[in-house]
Amino acid sequence: MSAFRALIGRDLKLAFRAGGEALTLVLFFVMVAVIVPFAIGPDRPQLTRLAPGIVWIAAFLSMLLGLDRLFRNDDEDGSLTLLRHAGLPLEAVVAAKVIAHWLMTALPLLLATPVLALLLSMSWAQWGQTVLALLIGTPALVSFGALGAAVTVGLRRGGLIAPVLILPLSIPIMIFGVGMMDPLAGSGATLFLIALSLVVTAFSPFAAALALRVAGE
Amino acid sequence: MSVDTVKQPNWFSRLAHPGQFLAWSRYLIWPLAIATGLSFAIGLWFAFFNSPEDYQMGDMVRVMYVHVPNAWLSQLVYGVMAVSALGTLVWRHPLADVANKAAAPLGAVFTALALYTGSLWGRPTWGTFWEWDGRMTSTLVLLLIYLGIIALWRAFDDQLKAGRIIAIVTLVGALNIPVIKFSVDWWNTLHQPASVFTKDGPKMPGSILTPLLVMMLAFTLLFALLQVVRMRTEILRRRAETLSRQAALQGVAK
Repeated sequence: MSAFRALIGRDLKLAFRAGGEALTLVLFFVMVAVIVPFAIGPDRPQLTRLAPGIVWIAAFLSMLLGLDRLFRNDDEDGSLTLLRHAGLPLEAVVAAKVIAHWLMTALPLLLATPVLALLLSMSWAQWGQTVLALLIGTPALVSFGALGAAVTVGLRRGGLIAPVLILPLSIPIMIFGVGMMDPLAGSGATLFLIALSLVVTAFSPFAAALALRVAGE
Repeated sequence: MSVDTVKQPNWFSRLAHPGQFLAWSRYLIWPLAIATGLSFAIGLWFAFFNSPEDYQMGDMVRVMYVHVPNAWLSQLVYGVMAVSALGTLVWRHPLADVANKAAAPLGAVFTALALYTGSLWGRPTWGTFWEWDGRMTSTLVLLLIYLGIIALWRAFDDQLKAGRIIAIVTLVGALNIPVIKFSVDWWNTLHQPASVFTKDGPKMPGSILTPLLVMMLAFTLLFALLQVVRMRTEILRRRAETLSRQAALQGVAK
């Protein structure tokens, strides 16, 4: 367990010391929301109506953008090989990296959502629901992302392929995440999203670890 | 008295040997091609000349004889790929990844054709090429998954490693497809009530069902034929690659 925590700490430390990437991601997240009114017009009621969907799309794109470096840096400097032979099972290594990645990419986005709420004229209730939905859904997104990153880790030009693989698989997360706003079916969607997120988060470390083992052979 | 302790290869491992596969599948191609041609001839004759017009859709109902078999194959091919993915991961069957690689573009084409014929059919009957209907949407997502897998196959240099990694992706996709289907149906009923498809469609009379079944058989045979041919091509391509690599090595040695 201490090795597990140490691994999370190491990833966080690396991210903080190398600096900037989390902030750049937040910047991208906000920028996506900023360009939307230019595309659809500054009509406030319309923006309010579309806001949860826009926040979800922005979150999706930002998560996909940061996904590539989940295992790639470790693969390039050889620490992935060390981790593969460490006492900690590779599945736990992947789980630790997923947690660290969530803390580095999803949490800053959640903290930045008030800015988006302001820009897209969301109501506070709407904002609260969106944050809750993202809080439930993003672990599943990161877990799918870990799978995509593990599958493409051996590829020199894998950067674009992982999002293409992950996006169709993540459609249910988006459907239920946005569906949580629905006044009628919202509670059902919440339960589905929680179930989906739990299952995906529980199983994807195994699939990703299997892919990493094959890639390292 | 000596006991022969060398294990004789059973039928399963004989099936697994790519050279053996090349030998016995050669005799499969012509019978398959003839059966495909025959069933297409019979099915098309039925579909065009010996099946009634629909009392509402008129001649447009004949699109169904192409549309439904393609839709059926779009799912069957993914099933074949999922089984071959299991073969790759569990038994390390040397033909399984070849089967997966051969099937992916076929599945993508059948899925694209199902969508294409569906929208051709939808235009005159529903008045639109595309509707975000549950079934159409999940077929579209299936097409995206196929295309992702093809892109992944093309990105790898080492085909053996690619086979095992793509097997993982294929299985994850297979587990996820029912979830996608369910979520899309849920989403669709949320946004618009089902108006086009009714829960229990019209019962089909035999005069329509017979040509439909013959056409489904014909398309399935076509898939089997193309799959065998593509698997043979892939094995030969890998063999040619190995030979050219060996030749290059010998050239270096001299």
